[in-house]
Order: sequence, then structure tokens, then C-alpha cells
Amino acid sequence: MIHKKDMPNFQAVLQGEGGARTLSLSGRLDVYATDLLVARFQQITSTAGLTSLTVDMSEVAYLDTGGVMALNVLQQQAAEAKVQVALQGVSQQAQGMMDIIHYDELKPMPPKPKRPPGGFVGAIGKGTFELIADVADVISFVGTLFLALGRVIRRPRSLRWGDTELYMEQVGVDGLPIVGLISFLLGLIMAFMSAIQLKNFGANIYVADLVALAMVRELGPIMTAVLVAGRSGSAFAAEIGTMIVREEVEALEVMGFDPPTFLALPRIVAMIMMMPLLILFSDLLAISGGLVIGVTYLNLTVYGYVQQTLGALAVSDILLGAFKGVIFAFLIGGIGCQRGFTAQGGAEAVGRVTTSAVVAGIFLIVVCDSIFAVVQYYFL
Amino acid sequence: MEPVVTQTEPAMVQTPAAPVVKPIVVKDLTLGYGREPILTDVNLEVEPGEIVVIAGGSGCGKSTLLKGLVGLLAPIKGRVWLEGLEVTSADEKVLSQVRRKIGVAFQGGALFGSMTLAENVDLALADTARLSKAVRQVLVRLKLAVVDLDGYEEYYPSEISGGMQKRAGLARAMALDPTILFFDEPSAGLDPITSAELDQTILKINHALGTTMVVVTHELNSIYTIAHRVIMLDKSDKGIIAVGPPSDLRDKSTDPRVSNFFHRRPRN
Repeated sequence: MIHKKDMPNFQAVLQGEGGARTLSLSGRLDVYATDLLVARFQQITSTAGLTSLTVDMSEVAYLDTGGVMALNVLQQQAAEAKVQVALQGVSQQAQGMMDIIHYDELKPMPPKPKRPPGGFVGAIGKGTFELIADVADVISFVGTLFLALGRVIRRPRSLRWGDTELYMEQVGVDGLPIVGLISFLLGLIMAFMSAIQLKNFGANIYVADLVALAMVRELGPIMTAVLVAGRSGSAFAAEIGTMIVREEVEALEVMGFDPPTFLALPRIVAMIMMMPLLILFSDLLAISGGLVIGVTYLNLTVYGYVQQTLGALAVSDILLGAFKGVIFAFLIGGIGCQRGFTAQGGAEAVGRVTTSAVVAGIFLIVVCDSIFAVVQYYFL
Repeated sequence: MEPVVTQTEPAMVQTPAAPVVKPIVVKDLTLGYGREPILTDVNLEVEPGEIVVIAGGSGCGKSTLLKGLVGLLAPIKGRVWLEGLEVTSADEKVLSQVRRKIGVAFQGGALFGSMTLAENVDLALADTARLSKAVRQVLVRLKLAVVDLDGYEEYYPSEISGGMQKRAGLARAMALDPTILFFDEPSAGLDPITSAELDQTILKINHALGTTMVVVTHELNSIYTIAHRVIMLDKSDKGIIAVGPPSDLRDKSTDPRVSNFFHRRPRN
């Protein structure tokens, strides 16, 4: 932000004749005038025939780091041009500033950090090594989690049930409104889009089958998982990442607690317990969305729509959706916590691991759902 | 020969001599969070070039007062002027003018982790002054040299020690050569040598530049080294209980709270 007051406000007047001249400086030799001062001093030191220069600073109202820098540039250039420079009328304030700022004593700049060698190929190699290390980290974390889970199964009291209840509320209860709204609208949109086509064939009633099967088998679990990854997976990564940055995790470790058992397990267990319920809720709301279109747009009866839906769905479809939820919850919760534990540095690192948790979470959901689809096609 | 006047420089603006104003004036300041006041009716004046230490036990409102002085905390009541400009006014223009006259060195340095030390110091310069990049680069290095950090321009805050971070925070606070510098717990968490070095840097800047300084600390060694005047706050009084040079407060104060503080004596 530049203010009028911050504009350069100085004068540099070269007086006298011949080799010895006086440069009268007045006004404020400050940071706002530095560029102009340097340019002006360059002009003065290149004056033909100049052998000595007396710089009169008695009218200088203020000198700051920028002014000192410009004066130092003047002295350097004068030395190169073999012009002798003497300062006179230096005020106490200006002298104080000159005592503390030493332009000629600056240490050399350190070399910039080198980029990885090899350009594009090198970057691919580096990326590959990082990916392998990352996968190894994830596998190791999963192993640690299973060990912790084994301990909890042997001694259920070792799980922090109070924390688990809190996370169940955060993941489940607090997530109900957004999961419900999105699912309802999705059911509504799906019913509406399919109704346009099915109406042409007089197959209005099959809208109920389409909405129910698509939502319960595929879209309900996927949509819920994506929402939970965005809401809770990211929160897990950010919470644990902040704890790492603030050395809280190290504190836990030296107090004899196992951080994955203490921090990750309650979150993952809570998510595993809540996800199937959220998916069922999502299915129900999506079917309600379809019902609204069926009744208002396709002139179906509520009873007819519900009967058609119940006929289309098998219990195994609902159970499969819930089972998917368990697996997705393990992936989202696990990757959220794992990414949190990898935070290193400050606030920036927390942001990075949070983004990474959401991206990796959604990626894993889609990969896992593809595997489900193949298994379902060939084996079920 | 006629005097040569450069064409590039602007004509000097003649401003009337400003009346001498005290760098810091605080009147009937009541500060708190929500409705609960932590400090009530604080009155204070600081002379140019003075180093004032705000001292007191934990929770007495030292940092709250500092926040009130620099305009980070709106007062419940009262007014604050820095260099004649009212910090407590709601005028954004005035506030922005005030903020370019002051520098604040935060407890942990408060450096931006995603920027190098040079970029941290350059931030205010780039925003405020119309300067070429080359000139700014030299200015940044000069600022870092004042706190003995030249050579560390390209380092990130996470790559340097806590003491260096505090010094870099000071360099950033000094980027625009402020007339008033505020320090929040400069010695906290530092080893005695680094702490003494930071005290020397503070004194060096004060002697050379005549910068007015307000330092929040409860480190007695630092107080004796740097303070011209100590303002002692107390939780129970919610305000100032003693003002004076540190040696006077230590040797002459009859208030047991003051004397206990300066002699490191437990309350009971």
C-alpha cells in the first residue's frame, strides 16, 4: 500500500566547479527514495573531471537503511572512479544508522539449493522413489494398526471408548444433514433423468427399481464415502498433523502411549461403526427423493413405488452396501490418520497432509469399488 | 557554474514542523476478552528512545496490554496514540499509517513457514515501498545483517534454531525502520547466551537508531540489562502497580508484590 506520505522527499544538489565539489543533500534519505538516490549518485560520480566530493548532510532530516545503502553505493562508485568522498554535517540520528548498517561487510549470499539432477527423467525417478517410500509407509501403518487392533480385541478396555464415542458423533450424527441432503437430491435427479426416458415406453414404475438398485449397490456407498472423506478424513489428518507439529505426539510417546492406538484407532473404529449406518440413511433418503418424483411427476402411488422398490432389492444388496461401508471407512480413516502422522514442519505441512488425505481417500474408494464390481460380477 | 539539480527527483514538500509528540500515549485504557476486563484504566506515556519493560507474573495482562497497544485488541474503553496517531480509532487509513511506524517481534518469531527469511523480511518492503527488486534484495540482507543473520537469506524458518527465528522476526519487524518496536517475550525459551545476545541486539538498535521500545518480559536478567523503566502489572489490581527504573523497584519498593518479583521470592 503506497501512501502520499511515502513518496520520495529529498534533494541532491551538486555545487561548485572543477575537480572538488560539494553535494548538498536535504530532506528524507529513506527507503522510499533509495532507487532515485542510487540513480542520482551514479550520475554524480560519473561527472567528468570530478576528483573529490564533499557530501554535506547537515540538511538531511532523516536517514534510514535505504539512505545508508545509497550512500554506500555512492562511496563504492566514487572509489572505483578514484573520487575522494568526505561526509560532513552528519546528524546523531544519521550516524547511529550508519554505525549499525554495514553494506561493505555483507557476507556472500549462500548458493541456492540445487535442483535434483537429471531434469525430467530425474524427476520421474525421484517421484518413483517417493511413491515407493509412501506405499511402504502406508503398509507399515496398516501393520501397526492391525497390531493395535489385536491388542484392543484382547483387552477391549485399552481402546479409548470416550474418544471413540466423540468421533462417532462427529463422523455419524454431525454428518447426517449433509449426507441426507445430497442423497435425497441424488435420488431426485436420478429419478427425474430416468423418468424422461422410461415415460416414453410406459415403464414409469421401473424408475423405483433403477433408483433403488443404483443407490443401494453403488452410489449410496460411494457418495457417502466421498462425503465422509471430505468431512472426517480431512479432519483426522489435520488434527493429528497439528498434534505432530506441536510435538503432542512425541509427548504421548514418551509418556508410554502408543500414538496409533491412542489417536488413530478410536477414529477408525468410530468411522467403521458409523459408515454402514450413514450408507443406510443415504439409501433411504435417495429412495425418498425418487419417490417424490415418482408420485409428483409420474403419477405413481406411494404404495406402488414402495412395493416396487422392495421387490427390486434383495437383503444381500443392502448388506453388500453396508459391507462396502466398513471397508471404505477403514480406508478413509486409515489414510486420514496415516497422512496426519507424516506431517513435518509448520502450518503448511498440515494443509498438505489434509489435502493428501482427501485425495488419497477418494482414490482408494474408487479403486476399491472397482475391485468390488469385478468380484461381484465373477463370483457373486 | 550553476548548481545542478536532478530532474528525476521530486520537488521537496515543505511540511510545517510537527508538534513534538510522545511516541506512546495511553489514556484510561481498559482491555479484556469479551466483557471481562483484564486491565482497567491504564495510563501510560513513553518518551522517545526509551526502553520500557512491561513486567509481572503470569496472567497479569502483559501480552494483553501489548495487543492493545499495537491495535490487535480493541479496547473496552480508553484510547491509545502511537506517534500522535490514534490506534484505537476505527479509521482504517490511520491504522495503516500507524502500522507502518511500528514493528512487532512476536514470541516465536511468527515467521511465515512457506517463505525464506529473505522473503519474510521483503514482504513489508515489497508492499509499501516502490523499490526495484535489486535494491530490496540488498535492503533485506542489510536488515538480516543487523541481527547477525546475513548468509541465511535462503533458509526457511524450519531450518534455523529458535533463537535465530526470533532474530529473523526482529529483522522483519525492522523492515521499514519503525520508530517504535514492540517485543513479546524476546528471551522466552532461549539459552542464557542467546538471550544475552538478543538483549545486546536490542540495545544496539536502541542506541544507534533511538528506536522507542516496549518489551514484554519476566526475565529478570533481561530487565536489568535493557530496561530504562519498568511497568509492573498485577492480576489482582488489574492494572499498573509500580513504575520506575528496575534497580529502584528492586531496592526501594515497599509493595511486597514488586519486591517478591524482583527478588525471585515465592508469594508465601
